[in-house]
Amino acid sequence: MIIAVPVEEKNLGSAICISFGRAPYYCLYDTETQQSRFIVNSAADSPGGAGIQAAQNLVDENISTLITFRLGENAAKVLDASEISMHKALNASIADNITALLEGKLNPLDAIHAGFHHGH
Amino acid sequence: MQASIMGTERTIAVLSGKGGTGKTLVSVNLASAASSAAYMDCDVEEPNGQLFFRPAVIDEKVIAVGRPAVDQKLCNGCHICSNACAFNALAVLKDQLLIFEELCHSCGLCIHLCPQRALTEVQKPLGVVRKGSSGTVSFFSAEMHIGESSGVPLIKALMKQKPAGLVVIDCPPGSGCMVTESIAKADFCLLVSEPTIFGAHNLAMVHELANLVGKPCGVLLNKTQEGSNPSEDYARTHNLPIIGSLPYDKDLARMTTEGLIASRESNCYRQVFADLLKEVMDASDPDSKR
Ligand code: SF4
Ligand code: SF4
Repeated sequence: MIIAVPVEEKNLGSAICISFGRAPYYCLYDTETQQSRFIVNSAADSPGGAGIQAAQNLVDENISTLITFRLGENAAKVLDASEISMHKALNASIADNITALLEGKLNPLDAIHAGFHHGH
Repeated sequence: MQASIMGTERTIAVLSGKGGTGKTLVSVNLASAASSAAYMDCDVEEPNGQLFFRPAVIDEKVIAVGRPAVDQKLCNGCHICSNACAFNALAVLKDQLLIFEELCHSCGLCIHLCPQRALTEVQKPLGVVRKGSSGTVSFFSAEMHIGESSGVPLIKALMKQKPAGLVVIDCPPGSGCMVTESIAKADFCLLVSEPTIFGAHNLAMVHELANLVGKPCGVLLNKTQEGSNPSEDYARTHNLPIIGSLPYDKDLARMTTEGLIASRESNCYRQVFADLLKEVMDASDPDSKR
């Protein structure tokens, strides 16, 4: 399974980005190969609907789990419809978060925030 | 003075940073104080102007926009539409296409591009535009259907009907995109503010918006009383012309809660609003040196 985490920088020691849709990168960790890689979030600068586009990109990467602090409702709709499980991030490094998830220690994401509609 | 404004081409937008500051009261009375004028209610979430003008006959028209609808069976998930949409309103998932209507700008591009012809245009009603008349005032308003997230397309449709002559626009509260749309055709913005610190803060918001879109503006200090007025202080320190003030008066408040138009009910208020209108006309006269 592939786990996605919004991150500030392209290394495993980096902090998790507090924003989902506007994070500069995502860390993708594959539990089978135990490899991680980083992808640029092409939606980060979108004037509107960044969360939707970002979620779309992650769906296209075949992720099955997301670890994040926050998530907008539109992005949540996309991920939910794709049956991606969403977990609340801990205030720790990416590596620690992934370990915690695999040990079943991360709570499901409970708060979804209503998005701003930048387009209008 | 009425003669002086007859035949004048002028569009005055009345704004305030939040609801309840007397924006509708001022708009309704200004329009009624003119020998002839149009009143346009752009407060599409809560159009209250009708409660005052009570036009006998109302011509109502439903306004709709085209939105894509998908036949999931025809969609093969090629991503062409979602990549093309400039507003990120589409997401292609494993077995379905999601359409975020509140982000869709009805450009039609996705429908045009879809190679599978899985997308078709459906007309989605946004709200209604109303037209009527009340004494010397021609009345226009728009009301958004509940559940729509933006009134911008509806306000656009309403403003297409803007007649010639003197027009008073009752804007939505705040300083968002709906307000920006409402003042797009205005020659002048009249900012209505309350004499409180919060009122001054709201005044600053709409003042910034008017400056941002380059509209000349002035403030009407509403509900003034003895003592300090933070909105007045704001205006003086920010080069914002003070067009007039409307002292707090419980008779005016009473008439307003009863849905009466003060400048029609009372000679005194007729004069007050006629004078105010003259001030607004002078301040918004493009030929005058300000
Ligand atoms: S362009 Fe048409 S076929 Fe391709 S993903 Fe969009 S709706 Fe489906
Ligand atoms: S009509 Fe235009 S804005 Fe709406 S979903 Fe299609 S491409 Fe996007």
